[in-house]
Amino acid sequence: MTAPISGSEEWQPSDLERNRRIERRRKTRKNGFIAAISSVLVLGTFAIVLVNSPGWLSLRDTFFKWAYGVEVLPKIILGFTTNLTLTLVAGSSVALLGLLLALVRTSRSPALTPFRFLATIYVDVFRGIPMILVILLIGFGIPALQIPGVTNEVLILGTIAVIITYTAYVAEVLRSGILTVHPSQRAAARSLGLSHFQTLRHVVLPQAIKRVTPPLLNDLVALIKDTGLISILGVTDAVRAAQIQTAKSFNYTPYVMAALLFLAVTIPLTRYTDRILRRSMERQNSQGLT
Amino acid sequence: MSLSTSALLSVRDLRKSFGSELVLDGISFDVPVHSATVFIGSSGSGKSTLLRALNLLEQVDDGVIELDGEEITAVAVDSDQVRRKLGMVFQAFNLFPHMNVLENITLSPIKVHGLTRDEANERALALLDRFGLREKADQYPDRLSGGQQQRVAIIRALARNPKLLLLDEITSALDPVLVNEVLLTVRELKEEGMTMVIATHEMGFAKQVADQLCYLHGGKILESGLAADVIDRPIRPETREFLARVHSAGRL
Repeated sequence: MTAPISGSEEWQPSDLERNRRIERRRKTRKNGFIAAISSVLVLGTFAIVLVNSPGWLSLRDTFFKWAYGVEVLPKIILGFTTNLTLTLVAGSSVALLGLLLALVRTSRSPALTPFRFLATIYVDVFRGIPMILVILLIGFGIPALQIPGVTNEVLILGTIAVIITYTAYVAEVLRSGILTVHPSQRAAARSLGLSHFQTLRHVVLPQAIKRVTPPLLNDLVALIKDTGLISILGVTDAVRAAQIQTAKSFNYTPYVMAALLFLAVTIPLTRYTDRILRRSMERQNSQGLT
Repeated sequence: MSLSTSALLSVRDLRKSFGSELVLDGISFDVPVHSATVFIGSSGSGKSTLLRALNLLEQVDDGVIELDGEEITAVAVDSDQVRRKLGMVFQAFNLFPHMNVLENITLSPIKVHGLTRDEANERALALLDRFGLREKADQYPDRLSGGQQQRVAIIRALARNPKLLLLDEITSALDPVLVNEVLLTVRELKEEGMTMVIATHEMGFAKQVADQLCYLHGGKILESGLAADVIDRPIRPETREFLARVHSAGRL
């Protein structure tokens, strides 16, 4: 640990410091020990209660029949690609539109007044309606209008419904992030001669987006799961594919497999974002022990 | 087992490095009760790190800090208990922007020291009154001038009746006119017998309040003694050079 420090002849810690280090190490070990004991106790109790409950054996057969799960997995994965594609398409559209909406709502330009007004109404309305209703209204309503040239493809209409709803959420998250950047930051940027737009682009947004990354990630994870809702229009996604299998066999393992697929995407995503955030925080702050 | 019987604060052989950079290199000094110890030195000489170490905001690599006869660098020490005896004022004020002046000042007395809201308010208002800030009690920090903000930060530290006050370049972010009002406040505290450790760039002020002046250079105390001696009759060439630079910057 103690690399020799340039400029000073090889420094050796005093006995006092050596003892402190031993004590600190002992403390760390003790904490690790306590953590281990408490984990074993808590998790062990859960496992024992679960395995000893009267219905455990039949539940294991209906929900965790792994051989069957692996057998149907390809079909569920095929459905899951729909969820992923939808997430990518909807996610990127939502990011763009949400940002646009947030910028309109936080701008003070008089020329944008009507847009600001419309943006507010948009957010109020689409944040307040359950997404399943938006999906139904658009998925069944638009084809019913029979406008020539407008698609009747449920996958596209469902995607549009998801985008409409999530744009309202994300716009509000971004707007709150923009508002938390202290006015002195704008003052400093404008004083450096940056235009209103440059100030947003280089000073305000980078800070705002960093601050709202955790809630944005929350929305992304929710989006991945909510893409499954368009199955009510007849699109076969992972949940629908699992449902079809379950209906054939009366075994619920396909649901568990679908759940695992969702987790396989969302958990790494969360960990990755956490790591990036922590790194950028460490680079910027030098605030010692607190 | 105390290092020095009369000192409120005793520091011995303090050492701290960040990576390969040695910031504190064997710092030792004593601060007797009711006295002010002032650290001068250029930026990066270790002044701020030293004060943060005294407040247990940095874990030191070696050495001992004793406060009030207790070794606060010991591993078993509860840093929250230690900080009850300390007040710290920062260069950038660090007031809480979401609380008004009164709330900033009464937060710790109520939450940490167990005062009732009424007691805490009364004490805070008395302090604000004394330092001419009574009418700012319900204002938010961003609405105050830098000098006023810093005086509020000092009051916030004082409201907890600390045994030792740590002032970390508290005037560095202020213009000369505002510097004066803040320094007047500190001088008043000095006259009342508050024990203080101060890092500053203001040589005139250092001369006025310091019972002991230390010149910090490269993480070492190169020269220490009475303020008049160190500033007017420096022995070390490094001190002389530093003072000459300060002088040419018009800050003496």
